[in-house]
Amino acid sequence: MSTTTVAHHDDHAEHPTGIMRWLTTTNHKDIGTMYLTFSLIMFFVGGAMILGIRAELFQPGLQLVNPEFFNQLIGVHALIMIFAALMPAATGFANWMIPLQIGAPDMALPRLNNWGFWLLPPSAILLTLPFTLAMFGIGDGALATGWTFYPPLSVQGGIGVDFAIFAVHLLGVSSVLGSINIIVTLFNMRAPGMTLMKMPLFAWGWLITAFLLVATIPVLAGAVTMLLTDRHFGTHFFDAAGGGDPVMFQHLFWFFGHPEVYILLLPVWGFIPQILETFSRKPMYGYKAQVYSFWAIGALSVVVWAHHFFTSGMPVPALLYFMYSTMAISLPLAVMFFCWIKTMWKGSMSFETPMLFTVGWIILFGIGGLTGLVLADVAADAQYHNSYFVVAHFHYTLFAGGIMGIMAGVYFWLPKMTGHMYNEKLGKVHFWLTAISFNLTFIPQFFLGLAGMPRRIPDYALQFAEFNMISSVAAFVLGLSQLLFVYNIVTCIKGGKKATNKVWEGAQGLEWTLPSPPPYHSFTEQPTVK
Amino acid sequence: MRGFTKVSLALSAMLASISAQADYAWNFPEPVTPMALDTLHVHNKFMLITMVIFFVVLAIMIYSIFAHRKSKNFKAVADKAPSTAMEIFWTLVPFAILLLIDFVIMGIPAYHSVIMMEDTRDKATMVVKVTGSQWRWQYEYMDGDAKGIKFVSNLSTPKEQTDKGYQGKKDEQYLLEVDNHLVLPVGEKVRILMTATDVMHNWWVPQFGSSRLAVPGFLRETWVQVDKAGTYRGQCKELCGKGHGYMPVVVDAVPMEEYKAWVVAKKEEMAKASAGADKEWTKDELVAEGKGVYEKNCAVCHQITGAGLPPAFPALTGSKIATGPIFGADGKYLKDGHLDRVLNGIRVMPGWKALLNDTEIAAVITYERNALGNSVGDVLQPAQVKAARQ
Repeated sequence: MSTTTVAHHDDHAEHPTGIMRWLTTTNHKDIGTMYLTFSLIMFFVGGAMILGIRAELFQPGLQLVNPEFFNQLIGVHALIMIFAALMPAATGFANWMIPLQIGAPDMALPRLNNWGFWLLPPSAILLTLPFTLAMFGIGDGALATGWTFYPPLSVQGGIGVDFAIFAVHLLGVSSVLGSINIIVTLFNMRAPGMTLMKMPLFAWGWLITAFLLVATIPVLAGAVTMLLTDRHFGTHFFDAAGGGDPVMFQHLFWFFGHPEVYILLLPVWGFIPQILETFSRKPMYGYKAQVYSFWAIGALSVVVWAHHFFTSGMPVPALLYFMYSTMAISLPLAVMFFCWIKTMWKGSMSFETPMLFTVGWIILFGIGGLTGLVLADVAADAQYHNSYFVVAHFHYTLFAGGIMGIMAGVYFWLPKMTGHMYNEKLGKVHFWLTAISFNLTFIPQFFLGLAGMPRRIPDYALQFAEFNMISSVAAFVLGLSQLLFVYNIVTCIKGGKKATNKVWEGAQGLEWTLPSPPPYHSFTEQPTVK
Repeated sequence: MRGFTKVSLALSAMLASISAQADYAWNFPEPVTPMALDTLHVHNKFMLITMVIFFVVLAIMIYSIFAHRKSKNFKAVADKAPSTAMEIFWTLVPFAILLLIDFVIMGIPAYHSVIMMEDTRDKATMVVKVTGSQWRWQYEYMDGDAKGIKFVSNLSTPKEQTDKGYQGKKDEQYLLEVDNHLVLPVGEKVRILMTATDVMHNWWVPQFGSSRLAVPGFLRETWVQVDKAGTYRGQCKELCGKGHGYMPVVVDAVPMEEYKAWVVAKKEEMAKASAGADKEWTKDELVAEGKGVYEKNCAVCHQITGAGLPPAFPALTGSKIATGPIFGADGKYLKDGHLDRVLNGIRVMPGWKALLNDTEIAAVITYERNALGNSVGDVLQPAQVKAARQ
C-alpha cells in the first residue's frame, strides 16, 4: 500500500500523506485501491494454502501435512478466496469505477466506505490467526469443517470455528455497508440524463449484487450465530437430541450461499460486455436484455438453494422443484451468452490482454455453466455430489468465471487508474499461462470425480494417482504464473508508456473522458448524458 | 488464432498421454444396480447435449474471432434494430429450444430417475441399517433370517501404510479395504436405512449410484439392488473430521445360497462372542484381546502409544480417568470414570456402547489400564460391562 497511484494529479485535493492518508481516507479511489490491494494479497494467501493441499495430493500417502491440518487448509482457502479475494476485488472496482462511470464526484457515503474497508483486515486476521495460535499450543488450529460450517462437525470443532464465525460476521457487516453505499450512490448520484436504463452495465450488475447481499448476508449471520449459541450456550438449533435438525443449517447456509455465487459473478457479467464492446469497436448488443437477465438471475438465485444438498434427503416434490428451478437459470444465462457473442459478431476485433482474458473467460465460464446444468439433475447429482466433479465445476465458475474476469478488468482499467500502459507482451504471456495451467489443473478433476474420488480427503486410493499428479503440477504452474500478474501490475504502477484519456480505441463511457489517471476528485463539473 | 491452436495442441497432448494408462476411467465406473445404470444413461445423455451446445457456440465464436478482426481490416457493422415482429420471433425461438432441452429432453428422464431413486420400499425384500460414526460404519440386518446380525466395519489398510512419510509399497486396495464386509444377496432390492451417531456421513459406493446423507438423530433412506456378484468399494462422502478419508465402504454381493450360508456362519460367530461375555477372563487374555480393539478403534486419536494428540485428544498414559477407579462404593460405575467415558463418550469422543460388545469393552479398558505405560493392575470382566449396561 505504499504506492500512491494518483499523487501527481492532486489539483485541489488536500489529504494527509503517508500511512494516515490510507487510514483516514474517504476518497473512493484510495479506498478502491486498498480493496484491490487487499484482494491481491489475500489471493496469494489463499493460493498458498491450496498449493499446500495440491502438494499433499501429488501422490497417494501422507507426505507433508496431517489430516487435521489438511481439513483446516481446505475450508480457510475457500473462505479467503470467496470473502477476502473475490468479493473485495469486485468492491474495489465498484469504488473506483462506479463514480467515474456515472459521473459522480465520489461515493455517496464516504465514511461508511472507509469503515467497510477497515473491517476486512481484522477479519482476515481472525480467519488465519488460529493457525499461528496452534503453533504456540493454543487451540487446535483453524476451522476444519470446510467453508460450509456444517454442524454437528462445526459444533464439535475447536476455537477455529469461533474465530471463523466472528470473521464471517465482520465480513458480512463490511459487505452490507459496501452494498448500502453502492445502492445509495446509484440511486442518487447519477449524472443528469443518465436514467437507470442508461446506466453502465457494470453499475447494473453491482446494483443487483448489492440487493442480493443486503437480502442474504443477514441469513448467514443468523445461521452462524445460531451455531455459536449451539456451541457455547446450550441451544439445540442443529441438534436432534434437543429437537433441532442439522440439515436446517444447510438450508440457512445455502439460502445465502447460492446467491453468493451470483454476488461474485454479477459484477463481472457487468464489465465483461463493456470490455467486449471496447475491443469489438461496436456498441454492446442487447443492453436491455442483459439488464433483464440480471434481474431474472437475481430473482432465481434466491429460490434454488437446496440443489447444493440434494443427497441430504428431502421430499420428492421438493427435489423436483429445486431441479427444475435450477435448470431455469440456464435461460437468462443463455440470453447473456448470446448477447456477448453477438457483440463480438461483425465487430472489428483486436486482442489485447483484457480481450484475451474476456474471450477465455466466456469459453471457460461456459464450461462451468454447462456442467452446472448437468449437476442440477437430482439422480446424477447423487454421483457428482461431494466428488471432485463438483470441485472442478465450481472452479470453472469461480476461478475462470470470477478471478479470470477480475483479471480482465484489471488489465482493462489499470491504464486508467495508473496513467501508464502495462507491458502488453507480458500481459499476454500471463493470460496463456493462466488459461492453459487452469485447464490442466481442473479438467483432470472432472475425471477424478466421475471415477469416484470424494472431495476433502487428504489421501486417496491408488487408482486416482495419475490425474492427481497432473492436477498438482498444473496447479503449481497456475500459482507461479500469478507472480507475473503482480509483476505486471507493479511495473505498470511505477511507469510505462503514458496512457491517453481514452486508453482504448473503442472505449465507451464517462470514465474514459477523464484524464488517466483521473484527478483525486473525479468530476469537478457534472457531466450530462444525452 | 495461434493461441487457440496452442491450447488445443497442449490439451490433446495431455489427453493422449493419459489415455496411454489403459485402465483409467473416463466416465462413471461400471454400473451394477438399476439406479447406477439409469444415472449413467442420464449422465451420458446430458453430457452429450451440453457438449453439442458448447461446441456449436464455440465454433460460432471462433469463426467470428478469425473473421471479424481489425488486423484483417474488417470494419465493424453496427447491429440494426430489428422490427418488432422479428424481435419477438428471434426471442421466442431460442427460448422454445432451451425450454425443450431443459424441461423435455433433459427434464423428463430426470423426473423418472428421481421417482426411481426415491422409491425405497416397493419390492424391497430386506432392510439393512447403516450407521456412520467417526470413522467407521456399522451394519445391522433388520429383518429375515439375518435379523440381529450387527457388526462394525473398520479400515483394515495397515496403519504404517497410512502414516505420514511412509515410502514403501502400498496394498492394491489401499484405503479401500475393511475388516468386515457388508454382505448382500445378488438381485434383491435392499432398503437401506441411514443414520449417524456423531456428525454427518455419507455412505457411497460409486458403482451403486446411490448416496444419501447419514444425519445423527434422523433416519434417511435409500436402496440398492446389486445385479452382479462381486466386491464393490466406496468411501464416506461427507467431511466428518480428521478420519474422513479413512472410512471406506466395502460390499460383497453374493448369490442367494452363499448369502444364506454367510448368515448362518455369522450368527454362530456372534453366539460364540456373547458366550465369551459370561466366562471369567484372565488379565493377560483381556490385555491381549484389548490391544487389537484399541489399535483398531482408539489409536486414531489417542495414538498407538497412548500419548494422544493434546489438546484435542488427551493422552491415556498417566490419565486420571484411565488410572482412577471405575466403580463407586455403591457398585455402580462412576460418572466420568473410565467405563462411563468408554460407554458414553464426551464431546468429540464417541460413545462405544453401540459399537463394541461387552468383551471388547472390558478388554480395551483392561488394556488401557495395564498397558500404554499404565499399570493399575485391576481387571474389568465382560460380565461387569454387561451388568453396567442394564
